[in-house]
Amino acid sequence: MLEVRGLALAYDGIAAVRELDLDVAAGERVAVIGANGAGKSTTLKGLAGLMHPRAGSIRLNGEDITRQPAHERVCRGLSLVPEGRGVFARLTVAENLDMGAYLRVDPGIEGDLDRCYSMFPRLHERRRQLAGTLSGGEQQMLAIARALMSRPSLLLLDEPSMGLAPQVTTRIFEAIADISAGGVAILLVEQNARAALELSSRGYVLEGGRVALAGDARDLLASSAVRRAYLGE
Amino acid sequence: MRDPRRLRLVGLALGLLALLLAPFLVDALLGRAWVRVLDLVLLYAMLALGLNIVVGYAGLLDLGFVAFFAVGAYLYALCASPHFGLHLPFWLLLPAAALLAAGVGVLLGAPTLRLRGDYLAIVTLGFGEIIRIFLNNLNAPVNLTNGPQGITMIRPIEIAGVSMARPVELAGLTVPSLHLYYYLFLGFAALALVVSSRLEDSRIGRAWIAIREDEVAARACGVNTRDLKLLAFALGASFGGVAGALYASFQGFVSPESFGLTESVMILCMVVLGGMGHVRGVVLGAALLVALPEALRYTGPLQRALLGSVYIEPSDLRLLLFGLALVLVARWRPAGLWPSPVRRRELAERHAPGGPESAQ
Repeated sequence: MLEVRGLALAYDGIAAVRELDLDVAAGERVAVIGANGAGKSTTLKGLAGLMHPRAGSIRLNGEDITRQPAHERVCRGLSLVPEGRGVFARLTVAENLDMGAYLRVDPGIEGDLDRCYSMFPRLHERRRQLAGTLSGGEQQMLAIARALMSRPSLLLLDEPSMGLAPQVTTRIFEAIADISAGGVAILLVEQNARAALELSSRGYVLEGGRVALAGDARDLLASSAVRRAYLGE
Repeated sequence: MRDPRRLRLVGLALGLLALLLAPFLVDALLGRAWVRVLDLVLLYAMLALGLNIVVGYAGLLDLGFVAFFAVGAYLYALCASPHFGLHLPFWLLLPAAALLAAGVGVLLGAPTLRLRGDYLAIVTLGFGEIIRIFLNNLNAPVNLTNGPQGITMIRPIEIAGVSMARPVELAGLTVPSLHLYYYLFLGFAALALVVSSRLEDSRIGRAWIAIREDEVAARACGVNTRDLKLLAFALGASFGGVAGALYASFQGFVSPESFGLTESVMILCMVVLGGMGHVRGVVLGAALLVALPEALRYTGPLQRALLGSVYIEPSDLRLLLFGLALVLVARWRPAGLWPSPVRRRELAERHAPGGPESAQ
């Protein structure tokens, strides 16, 4: 469903991502791993429309979305969980989820809200609480639930494990697996290479803004280069 | 009588009655000068509500808001005075002032879309100054604005042939000009209040608040941040433009020095002091900051009576108290004197047990 060809992204002329080719099939789980500054988050920003690409093309379900602004991509089923969670700290949990459905006018919003709350009962308990007062793990749950409220067919996750304790990370990854089981395709950017590759069916390894390795997640987990560089072995 | 809806209705009716009688009561109790203060409170409430859209809702720090006030005032002044010999009616000039100010707002907003916080503050500050300097210098080679002398003999607003600059006899009751302007400004301030609070509860308002809280997340939710920021600038500016046009007709005179940086800062202080993002707080801020300096005038004679001479000039005292008030508000009531329910809830939760949790 997502086809990226020759994507180049730059900050004020400084290249961050070059000649990136990447595919995500419908319902697939794909991981992007790499060191700090490899261009992982930049890639997601480019895909979500938060940055304009310098070159290359992005196609979603066959439609060219390279030049589309972020909000039109949300309409077309692409939803980003931003880096560092990005919840609206001074809005309540319920108001945050409401913002996730900002572009929707269909009657299914209530049902999706119930689904989010049953997926994350903690959010239901705290629905009237301000998002800024939630714990890190709860904020990540909220950011994911908010992204789901736009009813995406492809969910982009930017470092969902950042700053979270291992047990909390495990719960977040379980939730991502559940979302994927519901038919939503997942593109996951992670520093936590092992967890990301274990969750995914395929993976890309970025180095210096380029794809250094790509392939089956199991093969990547087994490859000695990946084990040495990213799994600390 | 226990019915809360009925009680509310009675309260509303009493409040309305108080607002309608206010100029006569103030005139009788405090003197005519205070009716003028009342008029200015309403005018500044309009301005503060306009700035509140930009700063309070969308979170865009604008230090040049007075520019829109100036644009509206000069539009009215130039089109309803002997300066160009134009005498266009107010019902044409008020919407024109709103539109022109909104256009200028977009002009300021468009190049600054990527800026936030301090950087936006610097650019808007410069913008406000540019407008003032333009007005100051556009008297040569073609005399457009009459420069520092300003524009005089601006026509007062006339409704159905009745000029607001002269008292009106109504059923044996003489309604002075200041009172007439009070009712006119009351109407416009009420309109600004209604529009503001309707906006706050709307989809647009929620999108603005999302932008204020986290722009990237707002974009990820599908908010068209570019259009909504421009809309905030344009709408806020249009409030300023209308207030400016009303001000020009009220004063009968405008000059560039009325539109300096201190004015922008004062309007911003009304918003911050009262309660950013909360319409009622903003109106309270405007009322306090307009009325307090007037009240402080009495301290001059008071000092002389008690101490023999004036030790602190009332105008100095004003700045002193003003600074002190800002420090105290920042320390004890960071969300403003009358914060919105959400902000209040936030501050309450910070102290409630079990509310905030340490990050896991």
